[in-house]
Amino acid sequence: MTQAPDNPISHDAVRRAGRWVFATGVTVLVLWVLVPIWLLLANALSAPAEVTSFPRSWIPAFDTASLAFFFGYGGVLDALWNSVQVAVVTMILAIGLGAPAGYALSRFDFPGKEAFRFLVIMTRAFPLPLLALPLAVMFIRTGIDDTIIGLALVHATLALPFAVLITFSLFSGIPVELEEAAWTLGCTRFQAVTKVVLPLAAPGIAASAVFAFVISWNEVFAAAVLTIQNRTLTAFLLQSLDVSPLHLKFAGGAVLVIPALLFIFAVRKYLFAMWGIANR
Amino acid sequence: MKRILTLTALMAAALPLIPAAAQAEALFWSTQAKPVEESQAMREQVLAGFAGGVDYQGMDNGPWLTRIQAELQAGNGSIAVLGGLHGDLTGLEDGLMDLSTIDTSGIGEAMLALGALGTDQQLYLPWMQATYLMAANREALQYLPAGADLNALTYDQLIAWAAAVHEATGTPRFGFPAGPQGLRHRFFQGFLLPAYTGSTVTEFRSADAVEAWGVFGDLWAHTTPASTNYSFMQEPLLTGDVWIAFDHVARLADAFNQRPDDFVAFPAPAGPKGRAYMPVLAGLAVMKTAPDAAQSMALVEYMLRPETQIATLRATNFFPVKAVDMPADMPASVQAFAPAIATMTGAADALPALLPMGLGDKGGQFSQIYTDTFEQIILAGRPVQDVLDAQAEVLRALMVEAGAPCWAPDAPSDGPCPVN
Amino acid sequence: MPRALPYLLLLPATLFLGVFFLYPFLNVAWDSITRGGEMTLANYQRMASHWKFSTAFWNTLFLAALVVPIQLAMALTMASIVTRLEKGRSSILYIFAIPLGISDLAAGLIWLAIFEQSGFLNSMLYGLGVIERPILFLSYQNPVVILIAIVLAEVWRATAIMMVILVAGMGLIPKEYGEAAEVFGASRWQRFIRVTLPMLKPSLQTALILRVILAFEVFAVVMALGGTQFPVLMSETYNWQFVMQDRGVAAAYAMVILGISIAFTLVILRLLHVPKEARI
Repeated sequence: MTQAPDNPISHDAVRRAGRWVFATGVTVLVLWVLVPIWLLLANALSAPAEVTSFPRSWIPAFDTASLAFFFGYGGVLDALWNSVQVAVVTMILAIGLGAPAGYALSRFDFPGKEAFRFLVIMTRAFPLPLLALPLAVMFIRTGIDDTIIGLALVHATLALPFAVLITFSLFSGIPVELEEAAWTLGCTRFQAVTKVVLPLAAPGIAASAVFAFVISWNEVFAAAVLTIQNRTLTAFLLQSLDVSPLHLKFAGGAVLVIPALLFIFAVRKYLFAMWGIANR
Repeated sequence: MKRILTLTALMAAALPLIPAAAQAEALFWSTQAKPVEESQAMREQVLAGFAGGVDYQGMDNGPWLTRIQAELQAGNGSIAVLGGLHGDLTGLEDGLMDLSTIDTSGIGEAMLALGALGTDQQLYLPWMQATYLMAANREALQYLPAGADLNALTYDQLIAWAAAVHEATGTPRFGFPAGPQGLRHRFFQGFLLPAYTGSTVTEFRSADAVEAWGVFGDLWAHTTPASTNYSFMQEPLLTGDVWIAFDHVARLADAFNQRPDDFVAFPAPAGPKGRAYMPVLAGLAVMKTAPDAAQSMALVEYMLRPETQIATLRATNFFPVKAVDMPADMPASVQAFAPAIATMTGAADALPALLPMGLGDKGGQFSQIYTDTFEQIILAGRPVQDVLDAQAEVLRALMVEAGAPCWAPDAPSDGPCPVN
Repeated sequence: MPRALPYLLLLPATLFLGVFFLYPFLNVAWDSITRGGEMTLANYQRMASHWKFSTAFWNTLFLAALVVPIQLAMALTMASIVTRLEKGRSSILYIFAIPLGISDLAAGLIWLAIFEQSGFLNSMLYGLGVIERPILFLSYQNPVVILIAIVLAEVWRATAIMMVILVAGMGLIPKEYGEAAEVFGASRWQRFIRVTLPMLKPSLQTALILRVILAFEVFAVVMALGGTQFPVLMSETYNWQFVMQDRGVAAAYAMVILGISIAFTLVILRLLHVPKEARI
């Protein structure tokens, strides 16, 4: 604001050029993300013969036969509902267990802190398909095999490290002075957290919750092994898609992607809701 | 505070989601009929008639096996019936029940013997069978070499044909399922090597085997390099990327069903030792941990009824394991495949190569040897004899470890099948 | 009590991971050092002597080395754009976040449809008259093209993860810092380098570690685009576990993945060390 332009015209030109570059950059990035999605959806709406023709058309014939196949597929709605339940429970578990840990890591200095952080991350560095066998044995023995909770426990294990790390960096970014101010105003430690810190951290927590949701939504292997009657949508559809005919691949892909898109869309405002009242 | 309360409330609300452990439907845990429309057809057309209902699950090998191992280790399970290829079921010997009480009349002795998995019990029963065939786009037929009979091709003629197509269209258009889930190893075990060496194991590194790999190298020159991505040949046939292909019939079927007039099916080619071909056999087994053994047995028995076998053929393109009267209105793929299979198996030079027997859980490693050999010789371009010598050692060690005697077309052996 | 507080906060997450990660992990780790009931290193020897091991190992590292820096640059760009935008911020953020909801299997499907011989890329080039016949992109003879395709697909699929973490981090940087820098005449670029990046270190650390670890477990996209011609550690793990049914060797592979993840996490922690005094 206080810059003193000695040559206002060229400065304006630079500005305009800068804005143009910016707009182009945004457009390119938006297209980069959207075009592949469009290709998926367009093909899901194409007739089978169209999908295997060459050159392929970018505008579909709006043939809903392939999509309709999935909606008529036995049990798809149950599977969808199971997926939502598992994902929601996963979200709650991951944040409920992860946020306190993230808070502790950001606010206290204590022996073992770095080790904990490190070990939590490392739980993500091991291939789940191998862990599925001992987990399945344990679940069958304890009777939580083939339950929503059982699968959510496994998914929460996958999501928990993300939740811990994201909440850790979030809480680290919130000045501890704000909390201290709240204490001087008579808040207990707990109240200071719920009334001052959590509102500030809410967008990030929402982001990490979305994350947990999506991790659960897209997880195939554990879901395929650990659920039988309560199949999730991914276990139900995705693992057989790669061997299905092309038009069904696209339609099935779309059936899986659309709910996830809608969910992110539904929570998109939480990613920004608290933006305006953050600490500035 | 409110937040925490909401959280707790939600957690509490989530708990009743644990369902009652009612187990009415029989769980059919299968590696076959996995593509979505096939699973759907299995449920609606094949299994709907079974009293009590069946929950048919077509799975990838990974989760399929993991679940089985978990149930066996836990000593308690929910899977009623296992469905899988012969190769999927080997290695599970210790966990399977004896099925010899089920009526198997009409099923061939040789096929039943495979179900013993090297023991003296009937650990699985043949469920359905298939084989591999060649398929071609009709446009390719004009390039067939003079004097070649589509129903009695040799490998040399196949190469000449693929070369002619390559030259005429400018692109290699022979296709081979060498992708991650492709059944390439079966081609080497049951088609190429027996056709040239008359053996799958014993002559693995013979001069004839070197010749066979040389022949395949010639064919590979006219094979589309995208083949290493193909698991099912029906798609590249439909898109026109591939004009001539080899694959499992169930993995060619969609092309014939979508455009029946555009494709022809024909027998595998012949080599100096004959027209080698390998059957595909899928079996039904019951685990010792099955929740209701009587129900499982009833389901196996149901699957073997003639009408179920025909319904299975419609749904999966796998043929019945016993003689049944075939109705006239079968899908286009079945109508195309049946005569081609009959021609192949009935040919004067037919040389059946059986599925590996007695390998136990080494079946996967056995197949890996053939895949590794292919990748090293053809894709990595290493010297044929060196690769064969190295892999022969691996193969010999495996045979000794598994203690598996030879199976056809190799001559019977006392003790582990030798590798010369 | 205050001294015990951090441990109490960590306790639920620790117990949870102990049961659902540590227990199955120890099972698998035990598998890796035993064979036929005896302690041995035979599994590791067998793994290392297999001809595909070193290819898979270097492919995995090489792919991560290519993908992660590109993703970091793109995620920073996207996060900066989103933070700077005044209009349409939520919509742009939503679009950028879309790939978050797409599983790796579905992403492999989409990108295979783009690159295959009768795919969209060829259709487009053909439609524009650039080529006369479709080009075969994904040929085992063109490993470079396969690599490019995999990199593009991975960048498309997994950049959103980093972006969301960075957006949340940027939202917590007090605006005053940037404004102060502006007062002193710092250009946008200088402000980004001198103010935003240092303040963003905790989030950068999180984003990088998670991304690198997940990059070492890359699987579905590589399988879809590279077929058998681009072995990575994860695909070999699968192969040994489920195709060759040798749990010991598969477990050894998993331990290698864990090992390189630990090594790289330590490096990142060191490079992006945030001294306590420097934290906000």
